[in-house]
Amino acid sequence: MEKNSIDKILSMTNELRWKIGEDFHDHLAEGIYADASEIAESSVFKESVRNRFRMDRKIDEIVTSKTWGFPIMFLLLGLILWLTIVGANYPSAMLANVLLDTVHPFLKNIAATIGMPWWLDGFLLDGVYLAVAWVIAVMLPPMAIFFPMFTLLEDFGYLPRVAFNMDNMFRKTGAHGKQALTMSMGFGCNAAGVVATRIIDSPRERLIAIITNNFSLCNGRWPTQILIATIFVGAVVPQAFSGLASLLAVIGIAVLGIAFMFLVSWGLSRTVLKGEVSTFNLELPPYRPPRFWKTIYTSLIDRTLIVLWRAIVFAAPAGAVIWLISNIYIGEVSMASWVIDSLDGFGFLLGLNGVILLAYIVAIPANEIVIPTILMLTVLVTGMTGGEGAGVMFELDSVSDTGSILRAGGWTLLTAINLMLFSLLHNPCSTTIYTIYKETKSVKWTTVASVLPVILGFIVTFIVAQVWRIFT
Amino acid sequence: MTKKEASACDSCAHYNSEGLKKLGVDTTDFDHVIAIAGNPNTGKSTVFNALTGLRQHTGNWPGKTVARAEGAFSYGDKKYKLVDLPGTYSLLSTSQDEEVARNFILFGKPDVTIIVADACRLERNLNLVLQILEITDKAVLCLNLMDEAERNEIEVDTRILAKELGIPVVATSARYQRGIPELIQTVDEIASGKLICKPRRIKNVPNKILKAVTKLSAEIEAEFPNIPNSRWIALRLLEGDSRIIEALKTGELV
Repeated sequence: MEKNSIDKILSMTNELRWKIGEDFHDHLAEGIYADASEIAESSVFKESVRNRFRMDRKIDEIVTSKTWGFPIMFLLLGLILWLTIVGANYPSAMLANVLLDTVHPFLKNIAATIGMPWWLDGFLLDGVYLAVAWVIAVMLPPMAIFFPMFTLLEDFGYLPRVAFNMDNMFRKTGAHGKQALTMSMGFGCNAAGVVATRIIDSPRERLIAIITNNFSLCNGRWPTQILIATIFVGAVVPQAFSGLASLLAVIGIAVLGIAFMFLVSWGLSRTVLKGEVSTFNLELPPYRPPRFWKTIYTSLIDRTLIVLWRAIVFAAPAGAVIWLISNIYIGEVSMASWVIDSLDGFGFLLGLNGVILLAYIVAIPANEIVIPTILMLTVLVTGMTGGEGAGVMFELDSVSDTGSILRAGGWTLLTAINLMLFSLLHNPCSTTIYTIYKETKSVKWTTVASVLPVILGFIVTFIVAQVWRIFT
Repeated sequence: MTKKEASACDSCAHYNSEGLKKLGVDTTDFDHVIAIAGNPNTGKSTVFNALTGLRQHTGNWPGKTVARAEGAFSYGDKKYKLVDLPGTYSLLSTSQDEEVARNFILFGKPDVTIIVADACRLERNLNLVLQILEITDKAVLCLNLMDEAERNEIEVDTRILAKELGIPVVATSARYQRGIPELIQTVDEIASGKLICKPRRIKNVPNKILKAVTKLSAEIEAEFPNIPNSRWIALRLLEGDSRIIEALKTGELV
């Protein structure tokens, strides 16, 4: 009975649809606009039309101009990174001093006094605690500087201008212009960037945006880039230029990521994800003076602490795993040495080493812990136990100490550069992979998005290593 | 110590700093559901934060909220659940953020919809306002960013606007908490049924379409006598919106 009447409504709909003609959608939209303009006319009064938004338009003319748009973009990114690199050093050293040099021995003392068994002491204090302490000392300062500045820029209204500048390039690669926004989000966090692709209505372009989001360096990887660039790239130039050199190296990697994003977008839209580019309106919002302290506060709470917490949550078990694999023996050698040895050959081909590859396996849950894992494993392999047990991280009170450990582990400039490249081009972290699955509901595309960057990473590091070895 | 005299403010209905409790994410046992809709970048999340005391990150770029966020506040003896919807320019297309917003207003049947609009760009914002008013008649227009409008010397006559739209209009600057008490008061009045809205329905519909819509909506009303938005459903059916056709079949609309 009811079913019938609904069918009647639907068949009536089909009949009427023929009568109203094709332009239904446009006519309706026009009707709504006409209503809107009538209402606005009777209720809105503009005192001086000419003055409105003059300031905004002036700024926009500069920051979105053909000549100045891109230089200003890189300059702003460079400024933020430079302040981060330079500013993070001192608090970092201070935190390391407190957490690693003072608190750690103190805890060890207590453990010895209460007679904690050696394995529990090693597992908790040398494994879990040191990993967590390292993450806090090395990652908290750069994040506490980088995020608030990035958020200030975001609140000011700069991101849509970035999208506007890059729109044309996206169109040429067959991707959606709004991908510029999701890409910018990815610079904060890839999982967030993937969720943000919901603003793209065409499924084809949305998939491209999801798959390529990983090429935006996320905040789990910025600290890695900054640290390695500071240690190795900064060291090959005269002292006075070392800050600038490491800055350029990090920007270079970020730009390379954007280049890969375009390249892969282009490749996908020419092959498996062919289709029309959709047009859209991008509204340039007014510049709003950010509420400085409020922004600082929320970005500290919302981003810095959340990311740090995530790093700690993942670093603690990773520290434990590292301690375990270093202390469980298969015959003569520990499990860790055994895995590292078997990965070393492949690592050499890529200009990396077994330690780095193992670290990337251990660090799949969170990119944030790659460096601490590498350090712990390097210490293990080089046998620099410094009086402590296997799998125990050294007392690192400064960036230069980190550098000397890595050099002792056989690291060269090539290793550093390839690590930076591999950190850019490898699988997304598990949170992002899970998010991609939730958004696409497709095992196939999730696999593509996870494996494609690793393959690219292998290819790029391999080529760089071979070319490097020919010339040096 | 002398007891403070009750000022005029204390006895005014808008004076609700006592009555308002920001409840953050605690959304259990609510009496009313309130939706916040509006164009991108008009300050929906700021309004949401001002009401709930939450600190959902707000950003100055369109498309910041893509999923919906929920929070709560209580006013008087009523508890309100607040849902922050993604910002959209219209409800006529099919991107996922527009569907989230559309589906919630249509199927979630909020007791009140707060439509946040940018006072500086009212005409463009009205496009969405008019579409929402086709779906629901319990709505209030939150004319936000009044501070910017003042700076740009734009004046909006909220009384004329309210009369034209048939819903209450509250001017706010959510960033500075201005107008939030009045907004809460109005939401409360609509939710409790003290204030009945008679929203404007789009007038400039071309004749050919209007005829078809009238015929179809009469048919829909005959089938579902209590449906508040038969005209809008008729429009969607003519558009061939598969989600609405499905909803019609499953009876979700009633």
